[in-house]
Amino acid sequence: MTDQMLAPAQTGTIENAIAFLKARFPDSVKDDARSGYSGVVVDKLRLVDVARTLRDELGFDYLSSATAVDYLGVSDHMEMVYHAYRTSGGPALVFKAQTERSNAEVPSLIDVWPGVDYQEREAWDLFGIRFAGHPNLKRILMWDGFEGHPMRKDWREAYYEEEHKPFDSRWPRGYARRAEELNVYGRNVRYPDDLDLGSLKSDSAEESLYTGMGLGIDVSAYETEGIKTDKLVVNLGPHHPSTHGVFRMVVTLDGETVLSLEPVMGYLHRNHEKIGERNAWLHNMPFTDRLDYISSMSNNLGYALAVEGLLASGARYVPPTYRAEAIRVLMVELTRIVNHFWAIGFLLNDLGAFFTPALYAIAEREKILDFFEATAGSRMMCNYMRFQGVAKDLPERIRSTANLLNDRVRDFNTMDYLTELITERLPRAIDDLDRYLTDSEIVRSRTIGVGYLPPEMAIAYSTAGPLLRASGIPYDVRRAEPYSIYPDLDFDVAVRYNGDIYDRYLIRLDEMRESVRILKQVLPRLEKSHGESIFSGNKAIYMPRVPVGEAYGRVENPKGELGYYVVSEGDPKGPQNPWRYHVRAPSFINLTALGAMCKGHKVADVVAILGSIDIVLGETDR
Amino acid sequence: MYGMGILKGLGVTIRHFFETYAEDIRYSGRRYFGAKSDFSERQGIDTRGVYTVQYPEEKIAVPERFRFVPFLVVNDADHPEAPGEDWCTSCGICSKVCPPQCIWIVRGEDPVTKRPIPQPEAFYIDTDICMNCGYCAEFCPFDAIKMDHDYELASYDRTTYHIHDKARLSKPFSYWMSIAPTTANEEARDRGSWEHTDVVKEKKKAGRSAIAYTPTEDPAEVLALLKANAPKPEPEPEPAAASSTSAAPAAEEASAPAAEAVDADKAARLAKREAALARKRAAKEQSGE
Ligand code: SF4
Ligand code: SF4
Repeated sequence: MTDQMLAPAQTGTIENAIAFLKARFPDSVKDDARSGYSGVVVDKLRLVDVARTLRDELGFDYLSSATAVDYLGVSDHMEMVYHAYRTSGGPALVFKAQTERSNAEVPSLIDVWPGVDYQEREAWDLFGIRFAGHPNLKRILMWDGFEGHPMRKDWREAYYEEEHKPFDSRWPRGYARRAEELNVYGRNVRYPDDLDLGSLKSDSAEESLYTGMGLGIDVSAYETEGIKTDKLVVNLGPHHPSTHGVFRMVVTLDGETVLSLEPVMGYLHRNHEKIGERNAWLHNMPFTDRLDYISSMSNNLGYALAVEGLLASGARYVPPTYRAEAIRVLMVELTRIVNHFWAIGFLLNDLGAFFTPALYAIAEREKILDFFEATAGSRMMCNYMRFQGVAKDLPERIRSTANLLNDRVRDFNTMDYLTELITERLPRAIDDLDRYLTDSEIVRSRTIGVGYLPPEMAIAYSTAGPLLRASGIPYDVRRAEPYSIYPDLDFDVAVRYNGDIYDRYLIRLDEMRESVRILKQVLPRLEKSHGESIFSGNKAIYMPRVPVGEAYGRVENPKGELGYYVVSEGDPKGPQNPWRYHVRAPSFINLTALGAMCKGHKVADVVAILGSIDIVLGETDR
Repeated sequence: MYGMGILKGLGVTIRHFFETYAEDIRYSGRRYFGAKSDFSERQGIDTRGVYTVQYPEEKIAVPERFRFVPFLVVNDADHPEAPGEDWCTSCGICSKVCPPQCIWIVRGEDPVTKRPIPQPEAFYIDTDICMNCGYCAEFCPFDAIKMDHDYELASYDRTTYHIHDKARLSKPFSYWMSIAPTTANEEARDRGSWEHTDVVKEKKKAGRSAIAYTPTEDPAEVLALLKANAPKPEPEPEPAAASSTSAAPAAEEASAPAAEAVDADKAARLAKREAALARKRAAKEQSGE
């Protein structure tokens, strides 16, 4: 791959790339002409070829998101939507493949971008779209005996009430009742007619169960070169202290060595996206808090950006004020520090340093959460961002008045508190953590060279965030496709080159230091914009009219790229709900690389490798 | 040298250890007996070492904006004009903006004319479902629903105890002022008065002036203002209404037909005014007897 091979198409604009595609595939690539939509619609028969061209000739090497939309009642087809990026930066090339609803099938792109693996399984699970050529197409979030595909528009959940909120039964004649009273628990689940519970059980021990899981364990093949060694299948989790939630890894072991590993997830699945499509636009904001519950502020921001992307095509849209943007950046960078403290602390837990490092790290987190609580009203479920602004301005004072017995009151000036926090306390704590762990021989010998992820694989698996950057790819959405006031701010994209656990630890320290650097620049901007409005619209509007179209809002979350794909079909008089609300969860997609990273390592390392990805199940399972 | 990294790390641990004790000694005693402000420093931004609050013996007061399951604001029991009256006009906005749809409101209705009146007949919040998002308080146009600070809601029975009804939800305005003085002041400033938006309008219509907003953090002061401003010939509040902070005023039944208005909000506001007038009439009648 030398320079002369880098055709102009590799670096050209999206328009050039689309023109290139249309010239190459004149009959199969068409502009998406629907109002409010962008990108191209690709004939599904040529999908794989188009994808290859995109990757190899046009330089779109990074597939960020692949998701489905059910257009029942609109145009009655299913659609796969792909967002491809260049790791050198720039906007997305959006391409779509359409299929009919019955027997929906689209070719799998797993050979082009292996990172699409779990996303295609999710689309199969939730939408019932088959992916021809996917080697392991089975449910991923729902359980095996589940009936139907819940994200289809005609599927209704157990406590179904109405298609859209707000429900009519709440006002003006809202006599409270519990959903369980109408639909008793246990009777609210439907099973497929042909479900044979016996077939889900395994009599002959592991064999049928794990063959069913696609692991293909063949007991007779366990004899190697005359020495009889047993290969063991072990479940790590779902209840296991190091899985950071309810998460299971099925590992095949030869002695202590991992031969293969497959994550099993979905234990915390609550159909977040379906809830999101019943909700009105604003309703979803507090629900995003519950995705990556360590970083609710940045989840909020991603969703706000996505919906603002839709609102921006409307006539009355005014972008958020500078102060609002400065506060947003303040919040999300503090969140990054919170998250990385947490990630490092718990990585050390996974390495066996039980809770001392974790507690030192999260003690600092408390100070940040105190500030969140005083500003947004909650420590973790912040629900702070709004479309076109934030919910409330920073308070003058971080102040508590006693209202319960034994209360200890507090009262600080907010800006003093922040200044002290950002200029003194956090840098000191980061240095402290650095001194504490970086040189420790135990940490080094447990992490250096373990869980190696080569850069080309990191891209192919669509990994994001610290995981990608620790493998030598300096890809950061804040720089690649800047949003908010990041273009004004001076910071570097942290990058490390060894791609092992140690580098993933170091890069989190680097990123925290960069965050502090950003925060130091935000503080004077806050002082300067004092008194400016924090909201650029009519704050009383609780059912905003969202113009028809699609938007993809993505932010550099602490755990990686968090994207929201939203579609609005709303007619101005009808219900104001998202037609499609999809979350591109970094924790979920980063797990695609877990199996490859663990191969050949010991069981104890699996736990550390998982810890170094830094997942949170609220977001993985959604 | 091999092992230096570990030793360095141990140095950090031992420093944390000593810092914690040093702070404890600095604040010894005062933690338990001293003024509350001492604790403020101990929990401040420059504290070192490990700091622990011995919950439930000790609690950190939550900041003003802290949000937990909402409550309904009602007038205080010794309000001079309308004791215990709901601030809620049952407009329904909170129930619409509530993301998990856990607010259930029965809009008040005139028994004779069947027109909506601006008082909720019933108001429920299913606290099991409430996600403490704060939207209801944020979007209520009448400052009538507020996020509470009382987070200790554990109970033995979830099926009934956790659906809060109107009586349980209602808390006096002075309580709201005591937990969130800054916010209460900001809202009163925006309304231009310490009184309910509708009362301000009513009084304007009646040619009286409502109590203008003057900054204060003391609910007693607000009450004193209200009392000083109450019409002099007005008798003491009716004992029936004063007995409970949540009981809807009995005079509601005497409500006159509201104006022809399709808009429920408008109807609500009109009816509220009618209700207030009717209450005054009833009060006069009583004093005349
Ligand atoms: S929004 Fe306020 S006034 Fe309207 S029903 Fe809710 S609490 Fe009552
Ligand atoms: S806080 Fe949120 S969830 Fe709870 S009642 Fe209010 S709007 Fe509903």
